Amino acid sequence: MRNFSYPPFYRYIFRYRNYPARVTIYPESGTLTVQMTAELFSQYLFAGITYGIIYAIVAIGFNIIYNTTGIINFAQGEFVMLGGMFAITLNNFMPLVPAIALAVVITMIIGALIEMIFIRWLDSPSILRMIIITIGLSILIREVALHFWGEGVRSLPYFNGNEISSIKIFSAQISPQVLWVIGVCLIIVTLLSLFFRFTSLGLEMRACSANRLAATLCGINAKNMVTFSFMLSAGIGALAGCVMSPITYTQYDCGTGLAIKGFTVAVLGGLGNSMAAVAAGLLLGIIEAFSIGIVPLAFQDAISITILLIILFVRPHGLFGSSEAAGLTEF
Amino acid sequence: MLKIKNLEAGYGKLRVLKRISMHVDPGEIVTIIGANGAGKTTLLYTIAGIIKTMAGEINLLGQTLKKTKAEKIVDLGCSLVPEGRQVFSTISVLENLLLGAYVQSGKNGYDRKQELEKIYNIFPVLKDRRRQLAGTLSGGEQQMLAMGRALMARPKLIMMDEPSTGLAPLIVKDIFQIILRLREAGNTVMLVEQNARAALGIADRGYVLETGKIIIQGPATDLLDNHDVQRAYLGRDIE
Ligand SMILES: Nc1ncnc2c1ncn2[C@@H]1O[C@H](COP(=O)(O)OP(=O)(O)OP(=O)(O)O)[C@@H](O)[C@H]1O
Ligand SMILES: [Mg+2]
Repeated sequence: MRNFSYPPFYRYIFRYRNYPARVTIYPESGTLTVQMTAELFSQYLFAGITYGIIYAIVAIGFNIIYNTTGIINFAQGEFVMLGGMFAITLNNFMPLVPAIALAVVITMIIGALIEMIFIRWLDSPSILRMIIITIGLSILIREVALHFWGEGVRSLPYFNGNEISSIKIFSAQISPQVLWVIGVCLIIVTLLSLFFRFTSLGLEMRACSANRLAATLCGINAKNMVTFSFMLSAGIGALAGCVMSPITYTQYDCGTGLAIKGFTVAVLGGLGNSMAAVAAGLLLGIIEAFSIGIVPLAFQDAISITILLIILFVRPHGLFGSSEAAGLTEF
Repeated sequence: MLKIKNLEAGYGKLRVLKRISMHVDPGEIVTIIGANGAGKTTLLYTIAGIIKTMAGEINLLGQTLKKTKAEKIVDLGCSLVPEGRQVFSTISVLENLLLGAYVQSGKNGYDRKQELEKIYNIFPVLKDRRRQLAGTLSGGEQQMLAMGRALMARPKLIMMDEPSTGLAPLIVKDIFQIILRLREAGNTVMLVEQNARAALGIADRGYVLETGKIIIQGPATDLLDNHDVQRAYLGRDIE
């Protein structure tokens, strides 16, 4: 466990500790001035891609559950936190890879249990009720995590090298962990789309999301599919939580921010559309990364909220979504 | 095949079906006619296990259905083609059909390819459209797809809820021809229809449902001659 004593808005910068010295920080105002160079440009770009793809994974978690149930699971960010936390704790007793694998499995089980205990028995609950349940769950998980792990900021060790090792790509100095994040997240996205397209379980899940009544009439147990979708999104959230932990750190409440970003991205891409979520995630990540040269750091999170609000007002079916999906006027 | 005794069912506190008793024998086409809101769809949903029974008994293929899940009932061999088609619109036609075979997958003696060929034989248009998303099919094609999907499960009893709604007369004729062919192939069909004349024309027996009760039943030819049926459902003036 590593303690982190910088004020919160510094963290964003210090996560990428290889920023060239030309970044000057004025702590009083929380702003910084930057001279844009090609070097800095690619540095920002990589930071944006890294964060963007993390947001995309959270958004895909939202989408999987949204597709099978029509609800937004606001506890999605907590799955990411749990994955990271379990892996960190388990890593004290076992090597990194089994610790991560076990953490993902435990989080998947928690996801399944949550569905079975809190969602499954509801016959045809209203959307609002389901959303309130998931918000309640996210608070519950956060409090339990606070109880177990405390307020401390923890992280997994770097998968390769340490916090100062770096690789040079396009004149940017990149931590190898950044490549891990991007690589693992891309693999998750690819495997997921193959899963949904080519396996019969994937087809059955798509069927449930397309038409639950018809799926039942085909003999598919729709409730099991919902449980499975909770497991799946808990699993990918947890895995993402593990790979990002060394650079973003893990804290009992880190899920909330991620959930907001992930939700923004999910809406931006069009709810339920996972491929669009990747594009939207990258877009948001890159906008955020470049905005630190313009907007005071303290307003960083305001950017995504602003985008979310604009999208909800102007294009509720998302940038890439069809207006058919907008027919779901519950939101 | 199907035996129902004093069945009562409905939604929440609302009791729609009131002491319904009826039966379907193997190899029959049985039709249920009735006005809008009579409870025809409710009856089919209750048999299919989508709606819980409040009282009474349903016996399907020798098994008494007691809180049996809808999925299990499909597995037992009773498929429903629901009202309003209900295809998987964001999924391709071929995958829709494959999903129909879900309950048979892995079972001995079930050849999915062969079954698919049979369906394509009955509905050639589905073969041409197999790569297309089901939602982009025309209404009639969607109805054929819904029927094909139900048939993929190789049901012993197939229930159809208003298969002719919204279809051109020519296609309605096709659909009824297909139902006759299904019976020739050994299927048992339970048919709910607004188009009473056509339904009674191909059925062996019929039931008339009014506000949740069966008021008339008998061989289809008798029903066609019945004055009450003629006045209420066949739109014929009796002088
Ligand atoms: N989901 C529901 N909740 C409450 N009441 C319902 C529901 N579905 C149907 N009903 C009521 O049950 C009664 C029977 O409806 P049902 O759909 O079985 O009629 P139907 O005979 O199939 O009519 P139609 O020919 O129009 O399809 C109606 O009075 C209807 O208002
Ligand atoms: Mg009806």
